[in-house]
Amino acid sequence: MSNAVSTAPRAAAGVNDSKQTEKRGAALAWLTVPALFFFVVFAVIPLAGVLILSFTSWDGIGAIGVAGMSNWFSVLVDPGLYNALGLTFLIMIVSWLVQTPISLLLGVFTAGSQRYRAALAVLYFLPLLLSSAAVAIAFKALLDPNFGLATGLGLPFLAQDWLGVPQLAVGLVIFVIAWQFVPFHTLIYQGGVRQIPKSLYEAAQIDGAGTVKQFFHITLPQLKYTIITSSTLMVVGSLTYFDLIFILTGGGPGNSTRILALDMYLRGFRANLMGPASVIAVILVIIGLALALFLQRLGGKDKQGSQLEGL
Amino acid sequence: MKQPQTSRRSFLALAALTPFAVAATSACGTSGPGASSGGGGASMWYLSGEPNQTTMQKAVDAFNSANSADKITVTYFQNDAYKTKIKTAIGANQAPTIIYGWGGGGLKTYAEANQVEDLTGWFDQNPDLKKKFFPSVFGAATVNGKIYALPNQYVAPIVLFYNKELFQKAGVQPPKTWDDIMSLVKTFNGMGVAPFSLGGQSRWTSMMWLEYLLDRIGGPEVFKAIFEGKPNAWLDPAVIETGTKIQELVSAEGFIKGFSSITADSQADQALLFSGKAAMMLHGSWTYGAMKKAGQNFVQDGKLGFVPFPTVAGGKGDPKNGVGNPAAYMSISAKASDKEKESAKKFFKDGILTDTVIDAYINSGSVPIVNGIEDKLNTSPDKEFLNYVYDMAKNAPSFQQSWDQALSPTAAEALLNNIDQLFLKSITPQQFAENMNGTLGK
Repeated sequence: MSNAVSTAPRAAAGVNDSKQTEKRGAALAWLTVPALFFFVVFAVIPLAGVLILSFTSWDGIGAIGVAGMSNWFSVLVDPGLYNALGLTFLIMIVSWLVQTPISLLLGVFTAGSQRYRAALAVLYFLPLLLSSAAVAIAFKALLDPNFGLATGLGLPFLAQDWLGVPQLAVGLVIFVIAWQFVPFHTLIYQGGVRQIPKSLYEAAQIDGAGTVKQFFHITLPQLKYTIITSSTLMVVGSLTYFDLIFILTGGGPGNSTRILALDMYLRGFRANLMGPASVIAVILVIIGLALALFLQRLGGKDKQGSQLEGL
Repeated sequence: MKQPQTSRRSFLALAALTPFAVAATSACGTSGPGASSGGGGASMWYLSGEPNQTTMQKAVDAFNSANSADKITVTYFQNDAYKTKIKTAIGANQAPTIIYGWGGGGLKTYAEANQVEDLTGWFDQNPDLKKKFFPSVFGAATVNGKIYALPNQYVAPIVLFYNKELFQKAGVQPPKTWDDIMSLVKTFNGMGVAPFSLGGQSRWTSMMWLEYLLDRIGGPEVFKAIFEGKPNAWLDPAVIETGTKIQELVSAEGFIKGFSSITADSQADQALLFSGKAAMMLHGSWTYGAMKKAGQNFVQDGKLGFVPFPTVAGGKGDPKNGVGNPAAYMSISAKASDKEKESAKKFFKDGILTDTVIDAYINSGSVPIVNGIEDKLNTSPDKEFLNYVYDMAKNAPSFQQSWDQALSPTAAEALLNNIDQLFLKSITPQQFAENMNGTLGK
């Protein structure tokens, strides 16, 4: 292992001898073995298992039987799937639209060095410390129409049936997700903003550009890759919103918040339909991969290069 | 500096480590809490939550100290989490020796997959034990004529509770017919009090309404046909009338505002009744004990009333018919070792429903499912309620097991989902019947 450690600084120094590079490449390839091993055991094998399960009928308890394409046909004609798909994309898109501007602006704001900003940043980042389950339970209690915040504070207009009316429930889920994840993305943007060289702003100031101009012409373009990173996490992550919605609404009222991941769980573990649940799981994997690839493409060809080079 | 390269040594080190990793990961697969290795004692999973958890722990402790060779270890789980966990564990051959359950459709799934022990012969060898229980409780423990579970705990019918104080204030009587209900809805809404409390997000709470209504409208035969999977059993006109009546009640604002976001697990629905925000509540008899504990003397001061579910004009069902949970059930995992099975059977015979346990149940306001407890019930401070439950369980011409337990897990999940939509009025009663009809035989 000591050999491996000593490789790193040399690689960074950029030794050009091709023979050596080849040799080093071979040396580094061994280092991927443990990672590859765990990737195969924990990702590839289960994925293959799910794919196989999607062609079987199994109640999770008894014997596994071959079902051919019937699970796929039954799921693909089920309006429940399209409801779940639509909701998943709705929550994904609206969440992105809500979270990105807020966390971008907060990130830019907290990247400043004044002490009050640091104090405010601590407050903003508080939700990061809470688990989704805790967030869901807290909001559920606060929003209870009979014993919740509205009654406690004597604010009757707040006493809506927040989680019991389909449209309100969807909106509320998006709000709680934003509440929970904006701090995380704010942190990413804060880091991104701090990476931008001060010299750019100094030059802009000399040229007479105001704060707003600086934001749109320096900060925003310089944050391009940060935006892509944050968006990838948001979009792909939104496929896995499960715990929060499961506790908050359980997919209800009706099917109004039954997103794909929840649909998979309810079919598999509540209704004992492992085959159809596996079909949903495969669909989720495909969507996740497609979205991640699409977002990577947005980054353009130079995405691997350093942003700081060639200033 | 030495040239970096893969030495044979570093590769061998990796190769040597790999088996450890494999061993570590495969170990995760076999050493669940229910694994049948180790000390030889039987394991049991049970529900957390008071007062039953304490009662069970005391019973197990007593049994363990008297039978050091057959020790039972208990792990407690929360109700809803348990329902998922036990299914997964059984499917993965990781079940505990003693499987707690509700009988009916779930038990049928286990029995047909040969996951639970056939106890018919054992009951024949222990006729005294079999005679100890109400005969009716064996129904939900029986699959294809064989008994797969030990009935235990207490009978829990669904009861229509009401707040006597609010009824007095309104100057009205508890409902006897469906028309009474509809007129009470107007009365209480006029007073600014919700007529019925309901924890609708839990969905099985809404189901209790359908269970009773279908019985009162069409009689117990309608669900019996559904249970037996007869063709088009869900399309019975009584089902559609039941759905129509429910939607009428929802439209008349019969249920508390926000009912579809209230869960029963949080017991907010019970709090609505004893805090005077709702006048009535249809719920399991187990809420009596919980309200006694949490309701600040609401029960002790005699403010809690209870009546049978009202009749429906022109309906076929006998108002003495009940619905609910006939008992709780315990099965023995077929995958357990012989030693564990013996320990479990010994515990079934000597450890569960001992006199101490029976007294504990009665003290918490429940009616254990054993014969000859009339005297004990009559000396309890809760004798009015206990006798009501006891007589109902004993005299009911029909006692329908809760639908979500009676049906297969697949049909039950579809049922709960459709009930939710029926109460939201996002599907019509006709659609409800048709959707459910598609699940027959599943």
